[in-house]
Amino acid sequence: MTVTRGSVRREVRVRRPADDVWRWVGDAARLPEWWPGITAAKVEGDERTITLGSGIPMPEKLLTIDAIQRRFQYRITGPIFREHTSTIDVHDLGDGTSLVVYSIDADPATMALVIAGAAGNALQHLRQLVEGES
Amino acid sequence: MGRKILLITTDQQRYDTLGCNGGTIARTPVVDALAASGIRYERCHPQSVVCMPSRSTILTGQYPSTHGVWMNGVPLPLDAPSVAELLRTSGYRTALVGKPHFQPFFDPFQRFLENSLGDSTVPSGGSHRGFEHLEFATHGPVGPLHYSRWLAAMHPEAIGMFYRVLDDALQVNADGGGDTAAPQVHVNAIQRGWYHTDWVADRTIAWLDSLAADDDWFCWMSFPDPHHPWDPPESEVGRINWRDVPLPAGYPARREERERILDAKPRHWRMWYDGTLVSNYEAPARWVPATLTDDQVREVNARNAVECELIDEALGRVLRRVDERGWADDVDVIFTTDHGELQGDFGLLFKGPYHVDALMRLPLVWRPAPSTQPTASVVTRPVGLVDLAPTLCEIAGLPAADWMQGAALPVNDPDAESRGFERVLTEWDSELFGVGVHLRTITRAGWVLTRYLPGTVHDGSEGELYDLVADPLQQHNRWNDPSCRGVRDDLFDDLLDHTPPTRRPRLQLEAPV
Repeated sequence: MTVTRGSVRREVRVRRPADDVWRWVGDAARLPEWWPGITAAKVEGDERTITLGSGIPMPEKLLTIDAIQRRFQYRITGPIFREHTSTIDVHDLGDGTSLVVYSIDADPATMALVIAGAAGNALQHLRQLVEGES
Repeated sequence: MGRKILLITTDQQRYDTLGCNGGTIARTPVVDALAASGIRYERCHPQSVVCMPSRSTILTGQYPSTHGVWMNGVPLPLDAPSVAELLRTSGYRTALVGKPHFQPFFDPFQRFLENSLGDSTVPSGGSHRGFEHLEFATHGPVGPLHYSRWLAAMHPEAIGMFYRVLDDALQVNADGGGDTAAPQVHVNAIQRGWYHTDWVADRTIAWLDSLAADDDWFCWMSFPDPHHPWDPPESEVGRINWRDVPLPAGYPARREERERILDAKPRHWRMWYDGTLVSNYEAPARWVPATLTDDQVREVNARNAVECELIDEALGRVLRRVDERGWADDVDVIFTTDHGELQGDFGLLFKGPYHVDALMRLPLVWRPAPSTQPTASVVTRPVGLVDLAPTLCEIAGLPAADWMQGAALPVNDPDAESRGFERVLTEWDSELFGVGVHLRTITRAGWVLTRYLPGTVHDGSEGELYDLVADPLQQHNRWNDPSCRGVRDDLFDDLLDHTPPTRRPRLQLEAPV
């Protein structure tokens, strides 16, 4: 049995309201600010190209940027990936805090692990940034 | 001036690959000589049978439950304790040459510091994890480490000669080669002097040459071999004709016998063999062990033995340089590995959640500095890699740190008995795309017991129990044998009593490997 498609999820609780988190997550160009290992992001319409720390450019198609649901979805369209969708949901927990859930589906499955690992680290960084805002 | 320390680790080397341990395929006269004049350990176990957790144990002197690196892909925190740092701050010059693997290699975001240190041999800030000199290598020519950069700069034509470790799906490659199409076997046309084994020795010698005669030093020389891929320089492969290599004792040649043995073990054994369950990333996901042939086992063992010989010869060169520097009487030499390799046992290759001697019984030789007038001995009592860090402290004349969980290695069996070396523990935790496997193992008094925690294909009632004296190949699982119930209960309770608490919060898996 060979797994070709992988699904991995990472999450973080942020002690700030969901709208505060969404200001970071919902702006496609701000990704390098909160994702260690992404050095640049260029957005043109529904296309975004990020640059990885290793220098590799990665083209993406932006699928959903929904400020009401606070949902951000994108698809990596570059080589290596046969299929990919990542979804970032920012949930309002109703007590002035929020839960950010980063879900990755990818084929090859290995890339789901790679993205999830980096996303988990990025979510922690995001939490620090948002909670550190005055 | 104190005792100097040369710690040699290989990667994924079985106990029985050394001549001093009864091996008959590879010639290992250098390590054999160290064993003859030092201490040879017959029952050294790792605390994890994969690289990152095991190497983290060597560095920290802690169990995986404590340092938190529960599987490959979980990075060891940069502020984790380090025996190298203790040595450095007490005046030792320190170096790590070869394979580190405290952080994942698979790193397109280049998030992990150890993948961005290849620009220099001196880390910014003066040291990294206690090492003031770093020259890194891994199993192939691709990536940002020092060996890859050196090869790309000096011998770029050699890069394409190596086996391609990952396939197009970024899984561990299952492609076969050589004469038998065995997985991860490959004809590598590289010149011997350009291969990473000799490179590690060359760079170690260069660092030793940079030291003052009266420096105290600690060098961890970490060979990437004989880990797969089995692609040693083709010029050396003719040393051992695979057709002459006997099948391993642990490889039942009859398929029916293999499958009968596997069926008496917890079911993930047979499921992997049949290709119906992949529990971890370290073995090729597309390879089905049931397809393994006798000739493939022979060829893998032959090439593995060639790699072991090259390591032995490389070590010999380093020791000659130590002699030439006038340090021979003052150097402690420790030779071991991070974990074993199935290498045909039970019809399997590579590694995984299988706590048997193939993966757990490790070569360990300690030749104390001749100036201490050591007495040659053989230690039969169980010890672990967790005991290395306190041993390094003892050699350096330092007390073991309170965060270390082992004890300095015994020098003989009476010493082991008087200091309570009774048991050794090994842990396994893997979670890969919803497949979770969790093992806790104790080895004590000639028995090995593995407890299975609930997981994807285990309900927590399964286990393995082997009598290492009557059944050295671990082919007869006595877990459900009523006549062994007393032994099982005793070992089980002992395991529970000595299992270290799990670090909280749990560290995250951040990469496949």
